[in-house]
Amino acid sequence: MITILFDGIAYGMLLFVLAAGLSVTLGLMNFVNLAHGAFAMAGGYAALVLVNRLGVPFGLGLVCAFLFSAALGALLERTLYVHVYAKSHLDQVLFTIGLVFMSVAVVDYTMGSSQQFILIPPALQGQVTVLGLDMSKYRLMIIVICGLLTLLLQLGLTRTRFGSRLRAAVDDQRVARGLGINVGAVFAMTFALGSGLAGLGGALGAEILGLDPIFPLKYMIYFLIVVTVGGTSSITGPFLASLLLGIGDVAGKYYVPRLGAFVIYTIMIVVLIWRPQGLFVRRGAR
Amino acid sequence: MTSSSRLAAAIAAQFTDRARWSLLEVLFWLVALSTIWLLPDQHLILAEIVIWALFALSLDLILGYAGIISLGHAAFFGIGAYTAGLLAKHALVGEPVLALLLAGLAGAVFGFLTSFLVLRGTDLTRLMVTLGIALLVRELANRFGWLTGGADGLQGIDMQPVLGLFRFDLYGHTAYIYSLAVLFVLFLLARRIVGSPFGLALLAIKGNPLRASAIGIGADRRLIGIYTLAAAYAGIAGGLLTQTTAFTSLESLSFDRSADGLLVLIIGGTGHLYGGLIGAVVFRFAQDWIATATPQYWQFWIGLFLVLIVLVGRDRIGGWFTPLRRLADRVGAWRPGKTRPTVLPGQGGAP
Amino acid sequence: MLKHVLTPLAVTLGLLAGGPASAQGVVKIGVLEAMTGQQQSTGVQTLAAMKLYMAQHGDTVAGKKIELIVKDDGAVADNSKRLAQELIVRDKVNFLVGFAVTPTALAVAPLATEAKVPTIVANAGTSIITERSPYILRTSFTLPQSSVIIGEWAAKNGIKKVVTIVSDYAPGLDGEKSFTEAFTKGGGQVVEAVKVPLAAPDFAPFLQRARDASPDAIFVFVPSGQGATFVKQFIERGLDKAGIKIIGPGDVTDDDLLNGMGEQVIGTVTAHMYSADHPSALNKAYVEAFKKANNGLRPNFMSVGGYDAMHLIYEALKKTGGDTDGDKLMAAMKGMAWESPRGPISIDPETRDIVQNIYIRKVEKKDGELYNVEFQTFDAVKDPGKAKK
Repeated sequence: MITILFDGIAYGMLLFVLAAGLSVTLGLMNFVNLAHGAFAMAGGYAALVLVNRLGVPFGLGLVCAFLFSAALGALLERTLYVHVYAKSHLDQVLFTIGLVFMSVAVVDYTMGSSQQFILIPPALQGQVTVLGLDMSKYRLMIIVICGLLTLLLQLGLTRTRFGSRLRAAVDDQRVARGLGINVGAVFAMTFALGSGLAGLGGALGAEILGLDPIFPLKYMIYFLIVVTVGGTSSITGPFLASLLLGIGDVAGKYYVPRLGAFVIYTIMIVVLIWRPQGLFVRRGAR
Repeated sequence: MTSSSRLAAAIAAQFTDRARWSLLEVLFWLVALSTIWLLPDQHLILAEIVIWALFALSLDLILGYAGIISLGHAAFFGIGAYTAGLLAKHALVGEPVLALLLAGLAGAVFGFLTSFLVLRGTDLTRLMVTLGIALLVRELANRFGWLTGGADGLQGIDMQPVLGLFRFDLYGHTAYIYSLAVLFVLFLLARRIVGSPFGLALLAIKGNPLRASAIGIGADRRLIGIYTLAAAYAGIAGGLLTQTTAFTSLESLSFDRSADGLLVLIIGGTGHLYGGLIGAVVFRFAQDWIATATPQYWQFWIGLFLVLIVLVGRDRIGGWFTPLRRLADRVGAWRPGKTRPTVLPGQGGAP
Repeated sequence: MLKHVLTPLAVTLGLLAGGPASAQGVVKIGVLEAMTGQQQSTGVQTLAAMKLYMAQHGDTVAGKKIELIVKDDGAVADNSKRLAQELIVRDKVNFLVGFAVTPTALAVAPLATEAKVPTIVANAGTSIITERSPYILRTSFTLPQSSVIIGEWAAKNGIKKVVTIVSDYAPGLDGEKSFTEAFTKGGGQVVEAVKVPLAAPDFAPFLQRARDASPDAIFVFVPSGQGATFVKQFIERGLDKAGIKIIGPGDVTDDDLLNGMGEQVIGTVTAHMYSADHPSALNKAYVEAFKKANNGLRPNFMSVGGYDAMHLIYEALKKTGGDTDGDKLMAAMKGMAWESPRGPISIDPETRDIVQNIYIRKVEKKDGELYNVEFQTFDAVKDPGKAKK
């Protein structure tokens, strides 16, 4: 029972790191980025090449995955995405689906089609027993890293100047602009940060989720669920939603293996209908 | 004659004008008909194009005429596909035309039930709800493997001849003629509907829901209506696919099908019914050509195409059809003794 | 109205009739493989092997030029059916080869019968496939072949309690059924049978469930490509520390992915028909040539299916002297026996299914790489899925 909870939390935290960027971009620019998973995949493969082929230590590989995806995100944001913000949602959907298809083919071409794994150091393999509880070392590490990241994000959002600008821009873009906040720049930064986080998540999650060219398609729906259930006005919403989703998914598979994913989709639809702005939204935020 | 009755007459004339067949339209259908004799060894691919066209036409009804973005239209397609498949497999309704109507009905019922969920919320919520519903239906079909065959697909469908006369053959001749006939009938119906006051009201709602409700056009009932109709169309498209291939699987419910349907519609342009039809031709031949050239990487080109189409501007690509149609209108208007009614300001041209 | 339309059509039809007549001097092979999607590695491996065979043996046989027409079905049965029909009608292919997963082969079976096109299953492993059409042959394997062998082996080698974990589709259920029968007959006990959705991102909860049942071993079947994820999570979950072994058909320790699984996989025992480590001169040459042609990619059990399918086609054409009549080709292929990189194999003339050696293998480290090392051989195993009838 507790093992299930532990697994669910690890899974949920991973989902949060993967999807956090998406929730911010969606909230800030009202932009539907279905290609978010592609940045996660990019990070995963960047770490894979560094660690497996060039022998870079695992920890450094994770940092590089973050940087790589962040750079890629910034580049694409400035060159391509920026032209699509003003377009309709339909255009955004088409554009990002197109990007997903392209990323799938490009990764397939360059990295091969089979599922690959990042070599993790022996110290992180196997299990550790804490208070009589068997815990996977790797999942424990995920929880620690993602927990720290969540704290950092929360502090960054509430305590720094950038954070307050970002929150202002999310709450009311026009007023923020009027106050002299460069919303475009804030957004570019946020996009890069979100992509970087996704990249880190992709590298961290390769061990659990697997890494193959169709990664962005496989997990797109999970990210979207996190965002829709969690709402886009804070990071606590998506965080709680991720945990709920992670625990729900793992427990569902354990207790009713034949129902599995079914539970999650139902939850999503119910939440969407009941609270279209997300489950964890402060009432009257808008 | 009072000014209001003159206005009414002008509007009535507008309606007749909208309903009139332009030369280009007649030509389009003549070309489609001629392929029956001219391209006998392409009937398989043509049948498939017709089914894509019908699916895209159904999407056009909600996207082009009601402004609803759906990422889960495959749900109705798949429901129709499985309905037709199960009816044939268990010999409940052997005759394909009747079974096809039932497939459409199944789509419509499900469309009606889910329309209430889709009405609410913004674009984004709709997007997610439609996607979620499609995923849910797919998962259901997967779970009820004893009924649907699960991941193995619905095997062992044995199709009866159409109307008891025409057997489905290996070369797709019957399949193509049958599908084309269905498409034509449904197209006529759709053309009627979007040209009717109901269709115009929908366009008003799409343009500005608030203003539409201010002039007394209630949105909800009409949106439910068009959504249900589109679902029926998608169900029939799915049923056609099952009947012409004697097979269906979870693929008919997949996200890829919804996305490809959107792509087809976008290629041809939304909001003028022919978009899906033209898009289907372009899409299918392009896919065939690309997939033969680089079987492994055709997704890349499809993706690139989508990205470019958005960056360049959809209206600029999809809209290529409009000037053509205007031209045809003018050509069609050169009839001796017939004067075109004066076009009301702001109402001229295509929607 | 429709009748009027159809009358001239019937004339056209009459002209078209005459079955898949090929262009002069060309034999067309329609390849239906998953070049995209989750089963992609299967398509890549199979096609690479087919091309290798053609490079080694020339592209002309019995005076005919061999031409491959490759279509990507993404392992989606709808596509396979549609593409197969197009290949038959438009391209007039003489053979259909491929079928990464069972549903694709099942969907094409009625077409093979109707068009009388010899259809060679190079990958899919469900027993019933060859029963669906008299024009289907198989060069891959059937799940029962290896599942029964590993079931008997497990019962004799001190394994008493087993949990089965299989992918929830035809081959998985096939494997589970035949393993359970063989294993319980040998005195073993299956304590829990878990079915995993075909597209399962995370095996952890299923593995936890298996662990809580504390068996001696887990019998696992997942499609080629998913094995690595499974083994990773098996170890991460500490099932190896708990003394639980992995057994199963060789799909889980796929040669293609084995090196990426890490050293904990060493010691895993599986039964299968091919290992890249198979100690024969033919196989050594095969592995070397395959790697050379494909950027160091190691051939897996899917590749030999493609390689042997080409061999079957070449030999059949030699036998018929280049005649491409479907029935004559089928007659030529039935009962054919030859030496494949995997060992001696033959086509059962009764069932048109493959008869081959099944090897029990253990994962070991050789020259710094992981291999499935064969240590016991069961000769000429027929498909037990059919032998029972």
